[in-house]
Amino acid sequence: MSGAAPIPVEGTVRRAAPLSESFRELGLLVFILLLCGLFQLGNHNFLTLGNIRDLLTNTAILSILSVGMMMVILTRGIDLSIGSIIALAGMAASMTVSAHRDIHPLLSILEGVAVGTACGALNGLLIARFNVLPIIATLGLMNVIRGGTYLLSGGAWVSSYQMSDGFKAIATGKLLGVSYPILIAVAINLAFVYFIDHTRTGRRIYAVGSNPDAADVSGIPRRRIIWLVYTIMGALSGLGGVIWAAKFASAQSDSAVGFELSVIAATVLGGVSIAGGSGKVSGLVLGTILLGILNNALPLIQVSPFWQMAIQGAVILAAVLTNVLVKRNNQRSALQRRVI
Amino acid sequence: MERTIRVDRPWSWRSFFLQWEWLLVLIFLAVHVVNSLLSPYYFNADTFLQTPMSFLDKAFLVLPMTMVIILGNIDISVGSIVALSAVLMAVAYNAGLPMPLAMALCLAVASACGLLNGILMTRFKELSSVIVTLATMIIYRGIAYAILRDQAAGGFPAWYSALGWDSVGGIPIIVIAFAACAVVFALLLHRTSFGRRIYGMGSNLTASRYSGVRTDAILLTVSVLTGLMAGFTALFLTSRMGSTRPNVAQGYELEVIAMVVLGGVSTSGGKGRMAGPLLAVFIIGFLNYGLGLVNIPAQVLLVILGLLLILSVLVLNLRFRDRHPRTPPATEIAGP
Amino acid sequence: MRKLLCRALTTVALAAMLAPPAQTWAASGDKYAIVFKNTGNPYGDRQMSGFKAGIEEQGAQAILRAPDQPTAEAQIQILEQLISQKVKAICIVGNDRDALQPVLTKATKKGIKVFSLDSGVNPASRLTHVNQADSEKIGQTLVQAAFDMSGGSGEIAILSATSQATNQNLWIEFMKKELAKPKFANLKLVKVAYGDDLRDKSVSEAEGLLQSFPNLKVIIAPTTVGIAAAGKVLTDKGLGGKVFLTGLGLPSEMATYIENGVCPYMFLWNPIDVGYLGSYTATALVSGKITGKVGEKFKAGKLGDYTITKAPDGGTEVLLGPPFKFDKANIADWKKVY
Repeated sequence: MSGAAPIPVEGTVRRAAPLSESFRELGLLVFILLLCGLFQLGNHNFLTLGNIRDLLTNTAILSILSVGMMMVILTRGIDLSIGSIIALAGMAASMTVSAHRDIHPLLSILEGVAVGTACGALNGLLIARFNVLPIIATLGLMNVIRGGTYLLSGGAWVSSYQMSDGFKAIATGKLLGVSYPILIAVAINLAFVYFIDHTRTGRRIYAVGSNPDAADVSGIPRRRIIWLVYTIMGALSGLGGVIWAAKFASAQSDSAVGFELSVIAATVLGGVSIAGGSGKVSGLVLGTILLGILNNALPLIQVSPFWQMAIQGAVILAAVLTNVLVKRNNQRSALQRRVI
Repeated sequence: MERTIRVDRPWSWRSFFLQWEWLLVLIFLAVHVVNSLLSPYYFNADTFLQTPMSFLDKAFLVLPMTMVIILGNIDISVGSIVALSAVLMAVAYNAGLPMPLAMALCLAVASACGLLNGILMTRFKELSSVIVTLATMIIYRGIAYAILRDQAAGGFPAWYSALGWDSVGGIPIIVIAFAACAVVFALLLHRTSFGRRIYGMGSNLTASRYSGVRTDAILLTVSVLTGLMAGFTALFLTSRMGSTRPNVAQGYELEVIAMVVLGGVSTSGGKGRMAGPLLAVFIIGFLNYGLGLVNIPAQVLLVILGLLLILSVLVLNLRFRDRHPRTPPATEIAGP
Repeated sequence: MRKLLCRALTTVALAAMLAPPAQTWAASGDKYAIVFKNTGNPYGDRQMSGFKAGIEEQGAQAILRAPDQPTAEAQIQILEQLISQKVKAICIVGNDRDALQPVLTKATKKGIKVFSLDSGVNPASRLTHVNQADSEKIGQTLVQAAFDMSGGSGEIAILSATSQATNQNLWIEFMKKELAKPKFANLKLVKVAYGDDLRDKSVSEAEGLLQSFPNLKVIIAPTTVGIAAAGKVLTDKGLGGKVFLTGLGLPSEMATYIENGVCPYMFLWNPIDVGYLGSYTATALVSGKITGKVGEKFKAGKLGDYTITKAPDGGTEVLLGPPFKFDKANIADWKKVY
């Protein structure tokens, strides 16, 4: 650990522990700061309060879902069905609001979360109880749930005028100048930090992903943990779905198609290992912010829109490589200082 | 006195036919039966000979993807490689390059994209294949957009459309090409040491490396093969469409992965055979066609395919649940 | 358990193969097919329902198809299936202008009459094109609207769909041509942004436009997803009255934004009528009444008489009529229709 004093050995050089050892994702953080600087040069309106508020509001849904995805990936799983769950939950909540205009927005949120939880529980059932591989179960359910959304709505949309103001305020309302989606995202992230780092179940999630067989043998209820993880992912997707419908004031059966890829990107960018068992929330938050910055800043800089995609890919690759190189440097210096 | 201890199960007809691939054969036959019952337009020579032309273009990707998944990796950049190589081929042809050279360029670019994937994966082993191919997926298609913008590129010579639309001796050219590639890949996987090493790497990468297997070289080869097959897909897809844009082949990667896992190849690595995904290609292709003949709405088809995927794996797991070959206790192996 | 399951499956499969196929296919009249861009699109559903109504009015059978993803590859597969079903005519709303040419040529060779609707395909692939409104007129109308809303001068921007969409690019081209006229010399087009018909991307692009061009006066969004997204952004930021919005939008989606003044007026046409016109075009082609050449006339049921005209891309087209204007006065009636 960085706190241990290295034993001086004849002929070695005493070097201080690099900062990156105490903050694993330092490489990513520096990269993000540099990127912000570059974007600010491209458009002076980038680092304004208004734009940052827009950025954070647009990234809120991504953040909520990436919390769930991190837990899933920690257990060596993956969830491709979240886009479809967003669509289904949003559609269900919107259709209810459309039919009963005076329903309280909190009930709408609850409805969305309930729908999402049911879908997530189904995922968990297939994966934990029936041993279906996560990629297959969630890929299959992705199609089934998307089809279900279409059948539920009969192909119709729910538009802005059919939604109550209260419902739409879920996304536009503010408390002390901060919009609700940002507050919800922050609350979820804080709850997640507490859960994953300071509760027994949270630590067990790491254990299950790190070494499933050892976890089994140690008496950790592996199947229940895996089922729990997918159910939570579903619940968070449901929540995201309601916010999505409120934010865009529209619910359609092809909402959030392909969104799962953004969520996975945000999670993996932040250093959560796809092999399971390792990853920190700090990295997750950084990964999400990086993606949010890209989505927000690329339309701002005066580069041809046809270059947007290529730039986005290049930045993601650069961010990931930078992180790897910093970690390698980290390990090498730790080795040199004989710190284990 | 010598005694041979049999640790493995003796071969039996029953165990032979209870394999995943035979279940797929049954599903394959069932699909034809159901389709024939549903529509009078199904059961004719045209269907069996001509229909594969419409779905075999992405089937080329299934061959290397099987290897990738057996290795324990995944590659979601294949659709973008198709797009980039198709776009460059079209642009080069329209800039004056003769068509055969443009086609060679297409294959070369695609292989190069695959090679880049491989280099990134071998030089930066901390990165999982997901994140590498996710980044390159965006980059490759992004370059295609930057080159072609909002235009389409086409105007190919008349003979080029023959690739995707014509037949030789009644058999479509694309079927012949695919069959040839399938044979090559099956031989590579099941009859060469290269193939055996892929299985080994998928089962236990570290052990393979320590056993002297040149894991980097194999990973690079598989990546280049993936790119090359994406190039073939680009050739045939572009021939089918007569033109190309930066947004072609979108969503191909998930479809291909679904075909491979339906074929019984486990994403945890080290298991699966080439025959399975090949059957899965035809199952999904004919199912799509047959249900389309009775104009089933696209969303219902989506649900059916999703259920097919889940149910087939459920059945697979149920089958394997109580056939766990247990290693006999040490005393038995040691012998008297 | 597994033994039973496998045996059951085998038996069923064998039995099904041996049983004679049931000849229960319903004999039906001529079949006319329409292929839209994708499912889950109420605008497309209205178009297809109009087509269906017109076909059934004429005593034939209508087939309505759409892929779940808006790609040309998926449409090619659907078209192959329709060719196998020996339909009489195919009305295609193309996801790609050129990529469908080989498969549509194959259909034509088999005697199927092919024409496009709404989002056209290239002239070589089709006999004619049913257009909602004159593309040039759409461009001119939108530019005139922007001119009026901006007070005669200022910066304007366009928020489009995908960079590949045929009709989008055609309208934008005509808008740019119109803007070059001396009358609009004080109107400056600062950017064409692409929202890809995705809600979240359209919102980001709209916000980006507002951030990058603080003096922006008007946003023109000739796409239903884009205009709704821009409407929401302008409403949430309270920019109604400072930045104006117009374009092509669905009345149901835009009702809120027209009523609150963010979008003073916008345009569209009745998709049901477009589909209905398409159905009569189909039967007229099949019966030989028209062959898709300029000057030919036919009657489209209760819509009246139509003449085929020359299209800007070198082929021919049938125009439904002028674009319809939606504003505060009539939006309440129309938002329930579509």
